[in-house]
Amino acid sequence: MSARFTTRQVGDVTVIDAVGRITLGEGSALLRDTVKSLVAAGNKKLLMNLGDVSYIDSSGVGELVYSFTTVTSQQGQFKLLNLSKRVEDLLQITKLYTVFEVHDDETRAVRSFS
Amino acid sequence: MTGFTDTLLASNLASVDSAEAMVVESAAAMGFEEDAQMDLGLAIREAMVNAVAHGNAYSPDKQVRLILEAHGGAIRVTIIDQGQGFDLNQVPDPTQGENLLRESGRGLLLMQAFVDEFSVKRSPAGGAEVVLVKYASETGR
Repeated sequence: MSARFTTRQVGDVTVIDAVGRITLGEGSALLRDTVKSLVAAGNKKLLMNLGDVSYIDSSGVGELVYSFTTVTSQQGQFKLLNLSKRVEDLLQITKLYTVFEVHDDETRAVRSFS
Repeated sequence: MTGFTDTLLASNLASVDSAEAMVVESAAAMGFEEDAQMDLGLAIREAMVNAVAHGNAYSPDKQVRLILEAHGGAIRVTIIDQGQGFDLNQVPDPTQGENLLRESGRGLLLMQAFVDEFSVKRSPAGGAEVVLVKYASETGR
């Protein structure tokens, strides 16, 4: 299943609900476009919900890094929500777990944005 | 289960998907646990992307050779491209501070993390030859 990204607003936080596989090609390009559009529209508090993401490859990991650097360079915040064991393992292996702020509860995650 | 296939694939993303599917299907048929299937599938995917994108630069004139050997509870996959090859020791470590926020360069790290044996060398024709081995279980080694 290819990736799909939908967005919703919770207060001033934009939640991106990701579904499917984020891999080189359509999935990673779609993520980049989604984040670019949100930032261009002035959204600087992004919470990426990965709860329904079954699979990420190195390109998908790279897009998460792109999202993080793009948002933080605009003085925004980019955080992750609901990592599967596989995605968590990927972030541990790549040592990116220390870079991203990761949450497992949406309400608490939304409140954590300053 | 014992098996051997030798396949030539075009240098495009469809080949990445088909190679991953082919190897995962073999792993499932050999009784690999689902997690191990996904680990192997990801490693194959990364190796194929490396061959297709970095080795062959998506050239329609170049192919990727995939050799799949299933034997004695192990799957051994050899992926050979027609690029210039590379020296593993010259590849920057993506987990080091200065590289941590780079958008690419993690494929080799993930390949090594998700299989039991990994090696890379220059093929006789000059391209990269990556070998990935995964065992169905710890006791299968």
